[in-house]
This record gives sequence, C-alpha cells and structure tokens, in this order.
Amino acid sequence: MNAFERVTAARAKDRFTAVEYIDRLFEGSFFELHGDRRFGDDKAVVAGVARLCGMPVTVIGLERGRDTKEKVERNFGCANPEGYRKALRLMKQAEKFHRPVICFVDTSGAGCGISAEERGQGQAIAENITEMMTLKTPVLSILIGEGGSGGALALAVADEVWMLENAVYSVVSPEGCASILWKDPSKTAQAAECLRLTSQDLYKMGVIEKIIREPKSKEDRLFESLRNTIYKKLRQKAELDVETLLEERYNRFRKMGDGKTVFFREG
Amino acid sequence: MLTNSLFKKPLNPLEGSERHHNKVNRPFVPDNLCIKCPSCKTMLLSTDLKEDLYVCRKCQHHFRLTARQRIDYTVDPGSFVEFDKGMHSKNIINFPDYGKKLKNARMQSGESESVICGIASIGGYSCALCVMDSSFMMGSMGTVTGEKITRMFEYATEQGLPMVVFTVSGGARMQEGILSLMQMAKTSGAVKRHSDAGLLYITVLTDPTTGGVTASFAMEGDIILAEPKALVGFAGPRVIEQTIRQRLPQGFQRAEFLQEKGFVDAVVSRKDLKATLSKLLSLHAKEEEQ
Repeated sequence: MNAFERVTAARAKDRFTAVEYIDRLFEGSFFELHGDRRFGDDKAVVAGVARLCGMPVTVIGLERGRDTKEKVERNFGCANPEGYRKALRLMKQAEKFHRPVICFVDTSGAGCGISAEERGQGQAIAENITEMMTLKTPVLSILIGEGGSGGALALAVADEVWMLENAVYSVVSPEGCASILWKDPSKTAQAAECLRLTSQDLYKMGVIEKIIREPKSKEDRLFESLRNTIYKKLRQKAELDVETLLEERYNRFRKMGDGKTVFFREG
Repeated sequence: MLTNSLFKKPLNPLEGSERHHNKVNRPFVPDNLCIKCPSCKTMLLSTDLKEDLYVCRKCQHHFRLTARQRIDYTVDPGSFVEFDKGMHSKNIINFPDYGKKLKNARMQSGESESVICGIASIGGYSCALCVMDSSFMMGSMGTVTGEKITRMFEYATEQGLPMVVFTVSGGARMQEGILSLMQMAKTSGAVKRHSDAGLLYITVLTDPTTGGVTASFAMEGDIILAEPKALVGFAGPRVIEQTIRQRLPQGFQRAEFLQEKGFVDAVVSRKDLKATLSKLLSLHAKEEEQ
C-alpha cells in the first residue's frame, strides 16, 4: 500500500471508531462523563472511566461518528476548545486517582470556525500539551485512524504512542499540503508520499513505539491481545516512580529533532 | 513629463535641450525614500518611519519587523549575546525542493533559521530572549526552530532567568513532516519546566502568529502581550472562511479581539513595549534585585 492508499484506508467509512474500540477493549465497564465545567460538552470527545483487565483507567477518545447524523453531531471528530478542556479535566482527575490514561486519536484536525477561535482553540491545545507533559500518571495514546496535526497532538503527548497499521499522523493533511505548497490539489497523492505520514515511516523516525495490525472484524482476536498488551504496558509504566516517568516522557519528545537523532548540523 | 510636452510645439530650438536639462536637474529620489502604509495608504518618509520604530504616524499601523530590528528596539544597547547562531535545518525527510527553499530563505533573510535566541537585558533586567523572524519562511517552526527555543528555555531554567519570546509564525513547517509537529510538544515541555521552576515567561504576539506556534509556546506565557492589530489565531482566516463559507467579521482574530475574549493580557504599542517589558520584569524581580 502506498501512502495515499493508507490515507484513504484511515478515512474509510467502515473503519472502527473510538467508541468501537472502547466497547471492545473495556468489556462494557466504560462510564461516560460529560462536559468541561466551563462552557459545554463537546461530542467530538468521548471520555470517561473504565477498567482494563481490572485496572482502573481513564479513557479519552476523539470520535468522528459512524452514520451521517452522528457525524454531524460529533462535528466529524473535530474537537472544539471545550472538547480539549473536557479531556484535560478528566486527565487531571486521573492524576488525582492515580489512574493511567488511554487516548484514542482519530481526527482530521481541531475544529475550525469562528466559535473555536473565539474560545481559544490555540490556547486549549497548548494547555493540553503542557499539562500532559507533566501529568503524574502513565499516558498511552493510540492513533486509530487519522492523526491530524495539533488537534491530534493535543491528545498524544504520552509515554508511548502506538498506531494502527493503516492509521496516518501528519503535520498537515495531504490536500492542505498540495494546495498550500504547490497550489495544485491534484498532487495530493504525491504530498501524502512526501509527508512520511504512514505508521512505518513514523516508526522509523522514532515518533511512535508500536504498530498494531488492523482488526478484520468485530470479533477479531486482536482486541483481546491488544487489551493485554495495553494492560502490560500501563502496569510497567505505573511501577516507575513519578520522577522517572516524567523524565522519560520529557526525553521522549526532547530527542525529536535535537541534532543527534535527526540530521542537521551546526555550522 | 514626456506626455506633457508631447503635443506642444517647440517655441524655439532651445526648448528641446531644456527638456533634457530638466531631466538632469530633477531632484534625486532614492527608491526607498518613501514607503506607503499598507493600511491607510499614506506615503511615509522612510526616515520618519524608522524614527517611529516602523509604526505609521497617521494610522498607527505596525509594520512587520525583522528579528534583528526587534532586538535593537527592545534590549539595552550592546547587551544581546546570541546563542546557537548559525544552527540550520537540513532536508531531513527529503521533501521536494525544501533544500532550495532553505537556501533562498537564508539568502533573503540573512538569517540561518526562523528564530534568533540569546540573552540580553531590558531596562537593566537580564532575561533570555527568543525572537522569531517572518522573513525566514514566514517564521515557520521546523526542528531547528524548536531546538533553539527549547535550548533557550532549558538554559533560562538552569540560570534562573525570565524568558521573553516574540512570536511571528505561519505555523509548523510542512516540509519537515511530523517532526515539526513534535516541536510543539518539545518546546512546551521546556516551557513547563521553566514554569515549574517558578520563573517568569512573557510572550509578545506579533503579526501574524498562527497554527502550531499559537497552539504551543505562544499561548503558554504567564503574561501574554500583543502588538496592536496583530493577527493571532490557530486556524488562519482564509482557512476558516473556506470552511464556513462566509466572510469573517471585521477585527476577527486581531490582538484587541483576543484581549476582549480573555486570551491576551495587554495590547501594547511598539513605542511602549520596551518600557512595558522592563516594568513587568522589575515587578517580578526578587526584592533584593530591584
């Protein structure tokens, strides 16, 4: 599969969304919590508490919706500031109760519009990024579909970031890149290739830790093994003392483009 | 001049040479003597404009500045010491034409990257300083931009220095792919450590600050200042208009609008900026350092 085919697969209508992962991984234990306590409740973000193999966890997902009506309700998974603030409220709550956080990322990007700007989209994302950097509990983010720019990163500052095989993660959509840089929307496929947004490329660059194979059906054994893999990882992270956990998280991002791991020189 | 005299019958043979004579004696007007204000279209003398720190006398339009000009206008003379000078990006993901673009940007701006970092004093108060430059690829944030800013924050944390950051940016640099997006997390991590050490961080938002820079260190200051009418937002106005298919209201995403909505502490005009920064630094200095 080439890069653009992966982009198409990541956006496919029949692809599993966050809610479906939540249903299958937490075996009916998920309880949804609503609202950011400041402005409202953003349906693009589904968040709540659950148990994973008995371990209490906090779960946050960007949900793009499955049918047309739901897609509209959920703004196609494009969260507004109140969505990011709801996520942050629950992450802070997770820290209080020492629950690890699991984020499912699937968005073409943060919500774009007058109200999003008025309520500080940039500020909301910036705050999530900074607060997640020092959240005193393990955080795991899994990119299950599209990882669109800052809107995805606002839920992906984690101890580890995993990706479904056909998920993509990029600084800009291939369409955006083609029209901004080359003023030619027909070059979308070429842009997808150039941006290196596939799970394989990101793994090579050290931006993600694990590639998860695609589930084939709702009954796929994958969900079972994924549940165990997540559990083991979170157990392992939970055993670290907080200082080590945060140091490792800081260094995870610190090394990206520090002149040693990627190629630039001082001259 | 040519059209004025085109249909005029010469009165005497000497007139022809007079025309020539006029041309020679025309006052010498250098190309850049006057600059038109892009906002109110007034012609401004460039010497006046320079004296006014590139702010229009008539309408107070703040012209864009280079990072070096900002440093000149902001810090105490001779106090700036540059860090990581000359650190520059390479085409890390082999993006088409990026190498060429970098070369052009370096030539046009005379800088090696889109941010200049260092230490300086403002009104006698030491601080660490990062100043972004819109003439280098529209101030876009690549890995080196992120690295320089991160290093500056780490240094300031180590030395217990306050940070002052001037932002101007079109966002993360597409040509470096996901690694430029990661700079948002990297810089924010360093900002958080600086903040957790109890140190002051002031951002000055200048026109335009958008995208990944807005959604990271630009909005993370303890105190956020902005230049009058600076465009500040996450999504750019054109993108929003295309998405919602309607015109945006006047003044939308401008500094004054952000202050009204509660995201900016103060809109400060350029001529007052140095005094404002020095006052804020002094208000945060320890009692014995005052």
